[in-house]
Amino acid sequence: MNEFGVYIHIPFCAAKCDYCAFATWTDRHHLAEAYLAALHTEIERAVADGLPTATTVFVGGGTPTQVEPAALADVIAAVPRATDAEVTVECNPDDVDVDLFATYRSAGVNRISLGVQSMSAHVLAALGRTHDPDNVAAAVAALRTAGMSSFNLDLIYGSVGETVDDWAQTLDAALALDPPHISAYGLTVEAGTPLAESPAQYPDDDDQADKYELADDRLEAAGLAHYEVSNWARAGHESRHNRLYWSQTDYRGFGCAAHSHAAGRRWWNVRTPDRYIALVGRGESVVAADEQLDVATRTVESRQLSLRTREGVESAAFSASDLDELIAAGLVVRAARSTVRLTRRGRLLANEVALRVRSE
Amino acid sequence: MAHPPVDPDRIRNFSIIAHIDHGKSTLSDRILEITGAVEARDMRSQFLDSMDLERERGITIKAQNVRVEWKGDIFHLIDTPGHVDFGYEVSRSLAACEGVVLVVDAAQGIEAQTLANCYLALEHDLEIVAALNKIDLPAAEPERYAAEIETVLGIPADEIIHMSAKTGEGVPDLLDAVAERIPAPVGELDAPLQGLIFDSQFDQYRGVVSSIRVVNGRLRSGAKLTFMQAGANHEAIEIGVRSPEPTPIDELGPGEVGYLIAGIKDVGDARSGETVTTASDGAPEALPGYRDPKPMVFSGLFPIDGDDFETLRESLEKLKLNDASITYTPESSGALGFGFRCGFLGLLHMEIVKERLEREFGLALIATAPSVEYRVTRTDGTTEVVDNPADMPEIQKLDSVEEPFFRVSIITPTEFTGPLMELCQSRRGEMKKMEYLSPERVELVYELPLAEVVVDFFDQMKSRTKGYASLDYELAGYRPSNLVKVDLLLNGIPADAFSTIVHRDSAYEYGRRMCEKLKELIPRQMFDVPIQAAIGGKIISRETVKAKRKDVLAKCYGGDITRKRKLLEKQKEGKKKMKSIGRVEVPGDVFINALKLDE
Repeated sequence: MNEFGVYIHIPFCAAKCDYCAFATWTDRHHLAEAYLAALHTEIERAVADGLPTATTVFVGGGTPTQVEPAALADVIAAVPRATDAEVTVECNPDDVDVDLFATYRSAGVNRISLGVQSMSAHVLAALGRTHDPDNVAAAVAALRTAGMSSFNLDLIYGSVGETVDDWAQTLDAALALDPPHISAYGLTVEAGTPLAESPAQYPDDDDQADKYELADDRLEAAGLAHYEVSNWARAGHESRHNRLYWSQTDYRGFGCAAHSHAAGRRWWNVRTPDRYIALVGRGESVVAADEQLDVATRTVESRQLSLRTREGVESAAFSASDLDELIAAGLVVRAARSTVRLTRRGRLLANEVALRVRSE
Repeated sequence: MAHPPVDPDRIRNFSIIAHIDHGKSTLSDRILEITGAVEARDMRSQFLDSMDLERERGITIKAQNVRVEWKGDIFHLIDTPGHVDFGYEVSRSLAACEGVVLVVDAAQGIEAQTLANCYLALEHDLEIVAALNKIDLPAAEPERYAAEIETVLGIPADEIIHMSAKTGEGVPDLLDAVAERIPAPVGELDAPLQGLIFDSQFDQYRGVVSSIRVVNGRLRSGAKLTFMQAGANHEAIEIGVRSPEPTPIDELGPGEVGYLIAGIKDVGDARSGETVTTASDGAPEALPGYRDPKPMVFSGLFPIDGDDFETLRESLEKLKLNDASITYTPESSGALGFGFRCGFLGLLHMEIVKERLEREFGLALIATAPSVEYRVTRTDGTTEVVDNPADMPEIQKLDSVEEPFFRVSIITPTEFTGPLMELCQSRRGEMKKMEYLSPERVELVYELPLAEVVVDFFDQMKSRTKGYASLDYELAGYRPSNLVKVDLLLNGIPADAFSTIVHRDSAYEYGRRMCEKLKELIPRQMFDVPIQAAIGGKIISRETVKAKRKDVLAKCYGGDITRKRKLLEKQKEGKKKMKSIGRVEVPGDVFINALKLDE
């Protein structure tokens, strides 16, 4: 069966984090019921139009745990899935318990991604996050009890005020929970966020590089192998859904602001839940805009995405002279079957390498 | 359309002289509106500032002219530039006028450059109609500043118009005063044609479009013309007036101002100051032209992509047509390849030219550290003029160096006198005069080395006086100075194009500051980049741009992919604006920015 991904966007949050540029709202929970109904309708229409069977489903946001679990489970259940599909829901550790996970589990959810960010209270406060680090351990215990077969902990490093020790503690506390998967993201300044308004709070590149190297050391030592710039997993626990994004496989996004891709065409839905609900209600298209990639752009994009993964990219993606330079600079190494992959230094400077990718 | 020449008695030709922000453009707009030349609803703000760059920077660079009608009279409003670097454009505009309207902000008073332009107008025997603008502002003190104008220019305070160009109040009075006080042009309709070109712009469809003032005779559409100084003949393909849209007419008579299109493609044939006459029975003598403005600041402009050298040459040729003050000669540099040594009126002019070349001709350029012209005497007694530090003889062969000095006049509220004196002294200035214009305002006159003025003097003055001081300058001759060449090394390799000549006493400080600034301005590379300053081979300062360690997008999931691809494309575009010097990528405006005021 061909791989096919489904993404479902839940745009509600209890509080907006200072660094967040996603389409999320803290004041529109009253729309939740209508929103989930609209999702249901959009999915049903897509199924009637021949939506392929999903091999992966990912429910993200926003905070999916902010909506009624049973109602969310109904939406997930509406997506036609392969029997061995990976079905992930992003969860806020503050919102979860065994009952919630059991409800998700009954709809076929088998993987949980917990938004941990940091295990240090003062770092969380500085990020504008609300949850209590103690809730993370409880959440992990609960998802295990509910029978989830895999989970991920999302971490963020590099905020101002986070020392290298704070970050080491976060890594150790996270690893103590024996997670099969960790995503560790350098804090990024996105336009339009509160963080973007306060340059004094901008992360420092050197600090982030130190912390990246620290994370890579500790995670690898704990048996979590790096498989993409910001992702580490035990063998067999890599996220199938993410890999699908990185291999230009087709996927369909449902909900406001969700992105879709089919054979070089990308499109995305209207940004606000209000507009989304209204358009679905009137039976109109929810697509806000789209782009068709030409062959050259598609090739470059495909190579730039593969470059970020452990598998690397065909050596032909670079000119011979660029390749020599990149190897000499210690950014890439040759690997099996005429491919090259990033070194650890290369992962930290992946943009420099990606800029040299060519289309022919 | 038959169009007999306008009776000169009905014509008034004038320019508006005003300090930046004192409301010249607003007044021009209001005049266009009140005289009905432009319908209020069609009013683009600041109609006459047509260059994008001018609109963005809020300053006028190029002179423009427009014809309006007021109570049966024909007014030609000839716009003038508002920045001190462009003073020469003012004098060429004034040559087409019989009078000027002096606009002074009623909340700020007259400024140095405005005053200098008024003196220029008086030298040309022009009538000055003074107006105090912005009387609608709460801070306006028209009586106080009217008294000041009377003191410095001798214009009776009770003849000064009070107006608000913004609301339109008083503007009709001003126009009446123009009609009444500014003399009509004097010229012979039946004499041989003498027309003065006072501005030329290159239009890619029509060739050269010149602004012309007819002094004597008739300029007829279709006539065979001789451009006297250039010694070339052309046909008057189209003549017309701007009102403000270009409107073709058959004939322009004495005193009239309009435009002339003569199918001219050759850059040198229609310079400002050119006299135009008829090819047969032409005038025996040309009108007095005016001196070519002299470039004061010199810098190398190099294409970031070496293949663009020819494009840069052609672009400079075209720009020169609109801006006769630019000079350029080919230059080659070990660090930067082939480019041009260019002369500019000042640092702002340099920045504007670079920006226009990039914007209008799609070039990416790097500018080297600006320099002035030095007079060098070698030990063997030979002398030469050096405007490029790379050409400065070795210290062993150098007998003496003279550098140009400026006489700088600054008008400031008295409270800033101290900080300004400190600034002038720190720039090796010598005070020549200090005169109170009123109890609150003082004029300071200093003589300063030009090299100390061109760089960031203007910005420093503005910042130390909260923008209240204004300045004007003129060349005051050459004097010997104890000067040395400071070289810069990037990644251990001397970058010849970045050598600078500075006074020995400030060489160490200059080297230190340059290294620090370049450290900030040169982006981190894949390896450590040492930046060193040296005098005669001896290193005096060093900084290091540390190798960059992180340049990666953290997340790349479904919704990020398009956006992140675009970020990478943008990053790639950014790299095209970098010049590789050795293996180091340097932004094209690094030296302009390095010399700017510290934020």
